[in-house]
Amino acid sequence: MSNATKTPILEFRNINTHYGAVHILKDVNLAIYPGEMVCLLGGNASGKSTTLKTLLGMVTPTTGEVVLDGEVVNDKPTSYRVERGITMVPENRRLFKRLSVGENLQLGAYLRNDKDGIKNDLERIYDMFPRVKERLTQKAGTLSGGEQQMVAMGRALMASPRVLLMDEPSMGLAPALVQTNFELIQQIHEEGIAIFMVEQNANMALSIADRGWVLQTGKVVLDDTADALLQNPDLRKSYLGEA
Amino acid sequence: MTAAVKVKGARRTGVDWFLLFLRVLLIGLIAIGLLAFIAQQIDPNNWFARLTHDGEAASRLSWPQFRGLIVTGLSQGAMYGLIALGYSMVYGVLGFINFAHGEVFMVGAFTGFIMSNKFDEAGWWDGPIFIPVILITILVSTLVATATAVIMERVAYRPLRGSPRLIPLITSIGVSFFIQNAVILLFGPGAKGYPPNPDWLEETIPVVGIEVKKLLVIVVAAISMAGLWYFVERTKTGKAMRAVAEDKEIASLMGIDVNKTIVTTFAVGGAMAGIAGILWGILFKSVIATTGFLPGIKAFTAAVVGGVGNLGGAMAGGVSLGSAEALAPLMLLEPLGVEGPSQLRDAVVFTLLILVLLVKPTGLFGERLSSEDRA
Repeated sequence: MSNATKTPILEFRNINTHYGAVHILKDVNLAIYPGEMVCLLGGNASGKSTTLKTLLGMVTPTTGEVVLDGEVVNDKPTSYRVERGITMVPENRRLFKRLSVGENLQLGAYLRNDKDGIKNDLERIYDMFPRVKERLTQKAGTLSGGEQQMVAMGRALMASPRVLLMDEPSMGLAPALVQTNFELIQQIHEEGIAIFMVEQNANMALSIADRGWVLQTGKVVLDDTADALLQNPDLRKSYLGEA
Repeated sequence: MTAAVKVKGARRTGVDWFLLFLRVLLIGLIAIGLLAFIAQQIDPNNWFARLTHDGEAASRLSWPQFRGLIVTGLSQGAMYGLIALGYSMVYGVLGFINFAHGEVFMVGAFTGFIMSNKFDEAGWWDGPIFIPVILITILVSTLVATATAVIMERVAYRPLRGSPRLIPLITSIGVSFFIQNAVILLFGPGAKGYPPNPDWLEETIPVVGIEVKKLLVIVVAAISMAGLWYFVERTKTGKAMRAVAEDKEIASLMGIDVNKTIVTTFAVGGAMAGIAGILWGILFKSVIATTGFLPGIKAFTAAVVGGVGNLGGAMAGGVSLGSAEALAPLMLLEPLGVEGPSQLRDAVVFTLLILVLLVKPTGLFGERLSSEDRA
């Protein structure tokens, strides 16, 4: 699969962001191509969350361009970007806990008007997560962690995304669930949806991703294929806990 | 776990004892009052009744009287409930109490006053077309109250979005004074009378013994509440509203326009207050610039009693507060030998508030919210 012939769905061109006087992202360049699975690795305060917020339009970059399907969307609101195919599964799932599971899924499709498409996507999600279907009328806050993760992914899929942003999918989950979760991500990826994963768990993320970037204090310090990154001695030292 | 154990094992302080004393006192008084009431219904000349009534027999409450009190309580409570919804919804979405909400109610009542008098001059108020006329009056009052609430949000609260919650709270008190004084400036400080209701509205339905106007109030309030329930629970906008109330960031991630949803919340709350305003006018036939204050505070109490942020709770809180206000003077206070118990209706309402806060601080239907949920 050669990326040179395709245009990226989502692109960062020399992005700089500031919170007040604090310089967060420094000349960040990223490109996500249709159907691929990429990951952004980095420790605390490396700028991972800011990257996601900038992609979604919750943070406006000071300089540089956020490009969606060839269009510069710097001044476009989140809803515009969601409508054009970017969605995020937030860290810690962040379901609407007092709403029912069904309502959570419906809200995922908030911007869509194609009734048949919504219905099809619902069926697809029920097929993918039969447990979710059983609990449609239950309040989302009463589900177990694993079930909530399924609802969170289902909710994101209801927007019919082309790129799914995953913010720390392994955060706050039991080890067994982390495994299941990454299997779910792979399953979604196999449906042709591009995945942009932000993770601290470098081993897990790189084992399923095609490519990856490593962010350190707001700078991209490594940009390579997943296999190469797994072999990279610096990365092994700092993220995979090897001396 | 350790925290819970610690609290249990902790020594009770003076304040704890005082609060316990208050709880026991209030619940005890209610229990004794109720027992005394039952006793004097069975035998007005029992020893306790003689004791509390200076050696004379108490008087029995007749069934028509009792029925009258219940209907009065329900009609008042329905209005409190309608107003309380606005407090509760705004609290749910923005996390502060909009103390100017009572003024939205007053603006509704004032619009009703203007409309009804215009219709009266044209001879339509007391005529055969009263029903369409009152519907138009309700509609216009609702629209004006809605507009007031929306403008209030845009001018006074939106610029303060993101500031600490105390700031919009204090602002809302300022907005309240502003609207009251604006109304005094425009219409003068005196009481404004509604035209007399058509005769049939003042009559009592023969068999059940309910006054027609109170029935009208209860029916209109019930329809409005049902409409609101449908809107919030079943429509897309209603779901968006609940989503925004829970998590604004994620709601906007779903593509929900948070600002628009907040405006909708104010509009719907304002509409409910507007309906309550015109119902108030029909029931009490007079309105002044400060009309919004006491019902507003009582509706706020109703929202707290029901569990603030909970819509069913606001309605139930309103109805139970209105009923308590109507029933308690004669069912609790009079049997205890209190003189002029009907003067103490307002005290009953706020005592009930204190009792609920002492016994179940989250309100009757409130869920315990962690600070994370409310951040």
